[in-house]
Amino acid sequence: MSFISYLVNGISLGSVYAIIALGYTMVYGIAKMLNFAHGDVIMVGGFAVFTIVSTLGLPPVLGILIAVIICTALGIVIERVAYKPLRNASSPLAVLITAIGVSYLLQNVALLIFGANTKSFTSVVSISPLKLAGGQLIISGETIVTIIAGVIVMICLTLFVNKSKAGQAMLAVSEDKGAAQLMGINVNGTIALTFAIGSALAAVAGVLLCSAYPSLTPYTGAMPGIKAFVAAVFGGIGSIPGAMIGGILLGIIEILGKAYISSQMADAIVFAVLIIVLLVKPTGILGKNIQEKV
Amino acid sequence: MSLLEVKNLTISFGGLRAVDDFQMEIKKGQLYGLIGPNGAGKTTVFNLLTGVYKPDEGIVKLEGRDITGLKTIDINKAGIARTFQNIRLFKELTVLDNVKVGLHNHYHYSTVEGILRLPKYHKVEREMDERALELLKVFELDGEADYLASNLPYGKQRKLEIARALATEPKLLLLDEPAAGMNPNETGELMDTIRFVRDKFDMTILLIEHDMKLVSGICEELTVLNFGRILTQGKTSTVLNDPQVITAYLGE
Amino acid sequence: MKKIKMTKTAKNNFITYLIVLVVYIAVQILLATGNISSLMKGLLVPLCIYVMLAVSLNLTVGILGELSLGHAGFMCVGAFASAFFSKCTDGAMPDGLRFFIALLIGAAVAGVFGILIGIPVLRLKGDYLAIVTLAFGEIIKNLVNVLYIGKDKNGFHFSMKDSISLHLGEEGQVIVNGAQGITGTPHDANFTIGIILIFISLIVILNLINSRDGRAIMSIRDNRIAAESIGINITKYKLMAFSISASIAGVAGVLYAHNLSTLTALPKNFGYNMSIMILVFVVLGGIGNIRGSIISAVILTLLPELLRGLSDYRMLIYAIVLIAMMLFNWSPKAIEWKERLREKYFSKHFSKKKEVK
Repeated sequence: MSFISYLVNGISLGSVYAIIALGYTMVYGIAKMLNFAHGDVIMVGGFAVFTIVSTLGLPPVLGILIAVIICTALGIVIERVAYKPLRNASSPLAVLITAIGVSYLLQNVALLIFGANTKSFTSVVSISPLKLAGGQLIISGETIVTIIAGVIVMICLTLFVNKSKAGQAMLAVSEDKGAAQLMGINVNGTIALTFAIGSALAAVAGVLLCSAYPSLTPYTGAMPGIKAFVAAVFGGIGSIPGAMIGGILLGIIEILGKAYISSQMADAIVFAVLIIVLLVKPTGILGKNIQEKV
Repeated sequence: MSLLEVKNLTISFGGLRAVDDFQMEIKKGQLYGLIGPNGAGKTTVFNLLTGVYKPDEGIVKLEGRDITGLKTIDINKAGIARTFQNIRLFKELTVLDNVKVGLHNHYHYSTVEGILRLPKYHKVEREMDERALELLKVFELDGEADYLASNLPYGKQRKLEIARALATEPKLLLLDEPAAGMNPNETGELMDTIRFVRDKFDMTILLIEHDMKLVSGICEELTVLNFGRILTQGKTSTVLNDPQVITAYLGE
Repeated sequence: MKKIKMTKTAKNNFITYLIVLVVYIAVQILLATGNISSLMKGLLVPLCIYVMLAVSLNLTVGILGELSLGHAGFMCVGAFASAFFSKCTDGAMPDGLRFFIALLIGAAVAGVFGILIGIPVLRLKGDYLAIVTLAFGEIIKNLVNVLYIGKDKNGFHFSMKDSISLHLGEEGQVIVNGAQGITGTPHDANFTIGIILIFISLIVILNLINSRDGRAIMSIRDNRIAAESIGINITKYKLMAFSISASIAGVAGVLYAHNLSTLTALPKNFGYNMSIMILVFVVLGGIGNIRGSIISAVILTLLPELLRGLSDYRMLIYAIVLIAMMLFNWSPKAIEWKERLREKYFSKHFSKKKEVK
């Protein structure tokens, strides 16, 4: 019975990773950059909800809404100010380092405003836990909401990318920027939109993460950010279904690893699985194999 | 005995036979042309000869030695060097260093001798410089030895690529569209250079080219490839007057 | 013609050595006259460590052209291997000899790790390589945190659980104590040794770059397919660059371990954040520019300290400076603008021809 409970928790954590990884993978697909600041946008989302709900005492729904708006705006501003000027830089490392700078910036702004002390986050979920199998299996409200939110986000995003015009434009830009431009697609607008969606997802992930693990510091986003990055690569970076599968698998592996092998080694296990996957399939589970043309 | 002997070479990509039952025999010292319309599989043949792709079937023999399926670096060591359709220079290295990388397997000192700057380092480096400059002189590039390769004009980049390939002391030199992007003047000059290389280095050269003036001007024998298969093979004049070839190039 | 070029590279390297020497002498003078704050004094050895890390990472990133985010992992390996050795042999041999052997051990163990990790990993490219190296770095840090090694009459005991499961005898001593790390490593590191090690690292890297092997490494960076076509053994040279880079990071780790009384593996010192910080040094100093790495490592390490007066704002300013410098140095628009400015005011002094490296 405990196995099932671990598995459910794993899927729940995995759903959070998947939501973050979706943002990562979309941004990577379109801008071909590792957005190291993505994790910190999660933290911003967490603090936004914390301020609105815990400090100002406003309703959680409003808090989530405002957090999503703030993060979306933040994502667009970061892209415009820090990343766009470097889009055609001679080395891809330039934008990577700038992203690291943005990450430091967000962390330190949060540090100035909120201090280094851990804030205890009040869960935005008010659903009572689900008791199954005569009380032997308890699934918390947060877990249920997280999994449901994860499923909704994945379905919406898949529909958006495959059915909407803007989503198709996104695919086109990530395939070939130049060609997309020639086809009359607004490349800058599409990239901005991608960052906006990625950041909005990060806000949602931030709320879910902080509800499940209610401690919030300016560095809260960093590790989940890296894990989501791992999840995205794991599934095949640039691939949307890959990010979902990668995220959920990663969550399950982490929780089961913690439960059955060693809680201190959980991160090492996650990373080791990543390495093994990449060595067997160098572009991730659903990644495309691209051979260099001679 | 012929220098290069290719029999029954075949490779498919996802069901499509990119090169089908290719054969060819090149004698030592020959200037041989491989022509055909775009997408006929010419570069694929080069990639098969140099080990970038492994053939599904067939045999490649260099001086009677079977080199089929060897890795690229071992094929280079066996004696085949090439240039690329889209120039592939070491852009951030100097012109001189580009050639010196080509000399890599013929001049030796250990890593430790290099790091500690032992006498052998200085001696071998001097020899490499001399040899590299000698090669550059052939292509009239010695004046630009200190330039970064990426700063050379296009025509000179093509020449540098040939010089670098020659530095590996090949028995067979493969040139992939050496005249691409050149104006008629430069092409004329290139023809002279290719002939000169053959005579001076006693080289055997196989080239892919679209420029018919160059092909008819310097190639002694031709193979025409169409849709991955050999259309015809033989003396240049005979091949170029073959109605089949004319049809393949100009369409029905 | 040839002579000119030789002297140019040699001159360039000479300037690099000279800068290090001048800084060393200047600091010695400041130390002798007592014109240096205790804060700065405490930073001297860390500065040497960062310089070595930056310079060695530049070998992987700038010269080999592969992105590694696991450099701190190699430093960690070197630090723990050497501290373990020093702890075990403390008092058994002269201090100088012990530290010398510790340095060799740190370099060797980190180098071996570089090869072991490099063999599977270097097949990957770009961002995939980046994430896998990051993963390896984190695994190393994580493993060190659950490693327990003790010693008693019967020899060494290992455990991955806790110090009790070592089952040590009465006289037994825990040497590596999991997350508490290693305590009581002899304090062998000092600024002079740091500078000597920087010199050695520079000699190894600069001479490697300007040798047959270095050219092969750079040819892979510039065009792998062409390098292969002219008979360069890709795997061999990738591994050579990667393991030399790892091994110098290992030596930096030795210096680190022997500069502190307690050695623990924290996210701060051996985690990916550290690897990223070193990468920042390398990129800001110029990818492939060894001297630039030295200068940026020093400036970026001192910058937060110099901004200490601004207390809470210092890391914020650091972040803003970092972003601004990246935009200014790398954005095509900014580069174009600088070129125009240069042509306008210095056109007589600067020829347009790019300087040959």
